[in-house]
Amino acid sequence: MRQIDATAITEAVKELAMAANYQLGEDVIAALRRGAEEEESPAGREIFRQLLENARIASKERYPLCQDCGLTVVFAELGQEVHIVGGDFTEAIQEGVRQGYAQGYLRKSLCHPLTRQNTGDNTPAVVHTEIVPGDRLKLTVVPKGGGSENMSRVFMLKPAQGWPGIKEAVVTTVREAGPNPCPPVIVGVGIGGTLEQAALLAKKALLRELGRPNPDPQLAGLEAELLQAVNDLGIGPQGLGGRFTALEVHLLIQPCHIASLPVGVNLQCHAARHKETVL
Amino acid sequence: MSKTVKLVPPLTDEEVTALEMGDQVLISGVLYTARDAAHQRLVDLLAAGRELPVDLSGQILYYVGPSPARPGRVIGAAGPTTASRMDTYTPALLAVGLKAMIGKGKRSPEVIAALVQYKAVYLGATGGAGALLAQRIKKAEVVAFPELGPEAVHRLEVEDFPAIVVNDCLGRDLYEEGVRRFARSAGVTR
Repeated sequence: MRQIDATAITEAVKELAMAANYQLGEDVIAALRRGAEEEESPAGREIFRQLLENARIASKERYPLCQDCGLTVVFAELGQEVHIVGGDFTEAIQEGVRQGYAQGYLRKSLCHPLTRQNTGDNTPAVVHTEIVPGDRLKLTVVPKGGGSENMSRVFMLKPAQGWPGIKEAVVTTVREAGPNPCPPVIVGVGIGGTLEQAALLAKKALLRELGRPNPDPQLAGLEAELLQAVNDLGIGPQGLGGRFTALEVHLLIQPCHIASLPVGVNLQCHAARHKETVL
Repeated sequence: MSKTVKLVPPLTDEEVTALEMGDQVLISGVLYTARDAAHQRLVDLLAAGRELPVDLSGQILYYVGPSPARPGRVIGAAGPTTASRMDTYTPALLAVGLKAMIGKGKRSPEVIAALVQYKAVYLGATGGAGALLAQRIKKAEVVAFPELGPEAVHRLEVEDFPAIVVNDCLGRDLYEEGVRRFARSAGVTR
């Protein structure tokens, strides 16, 4: 058994939370550059320029990319040959979030759902843990903003609705969201599983690097079809009208019940914040 | 054609009615911040017939909940938040002379009608440009409801703060008309 100390987990989560909030991924920056050149709307091109300048300032001056520093989602892939010592695994992650948001001057955006009292330290993070083969621990920290999360949906379709129904669900979600999720967005789509699994697949789909095609050629083709449909809406950067409503659409699928066709659609603003490390 | 306009509050009716949907504006001078909780307080005071802690006549409200400032800095990231959450409170504030609001996302038909009635505008700032917009803020102080923390009403001093006219005094809506210009598929509705 390989041992990993709980304090190492806390330290890693703290650093990832701060890095994710200050540094936009190179893949996103490349996509924004393309938008700044190719967007037909002058106002849209100006939005792309502002977002690129924003990313430059955030990284250089250690400002958060956005004042909404998100609810912290953590994906942990825990090797089954790892033994966590010196503390509680889940609490070690929560403590990392607590320290990262305090020391990083990040906004604490979590509250009690009924009293609306702020929890004060951006905990509890939402933690998804998967036990995998091996003796490593992979941690991915994903601060998720409220604006784009609020416009996300899960649809429980009838199997007879098939691909046209799925396409309509995705287009409807983006259309009804309009300017609210801060387009240009990345659209994560999860098809299959159960109610919660479709939503989780949609969120995981957002983690794939931009510019890297889906490894399944059939899914890659469907992603291109969805991207075209979404961009034909004309919503554009910030909803002011334009060609780039979404930068990309990412699909993840898994088998579902013969009676079901669950579809999760998770919208992500340009601040696609996720950073990972392997311990 | 859209134009670029420099604005310095307090704004007059003439300045506001000259703004057209799609115009870029650069604001210098004072902005007041307010989010959900501060709006509730302001509207409660008006309903009770009491005076507001700040005179909103001719002023601009910025919907923002900044991240904490690092030591030595004026403010943290400070981009706009979703404006629709303030919709129910907005007509009452326009009635006492508020002339513009900065946020992101659509406004309700009631707000758009009130903009026409009271000669005011809704401005969109770039959602997600919190670091860029923070650099245009030169000073920040709490002027009302300090107990609300980051949601307290702040008085900001800004220089060349960029925004775009989304809803003008004629009831026009850039979120509708801009999208219509670029839509290639049916069914683009509110």
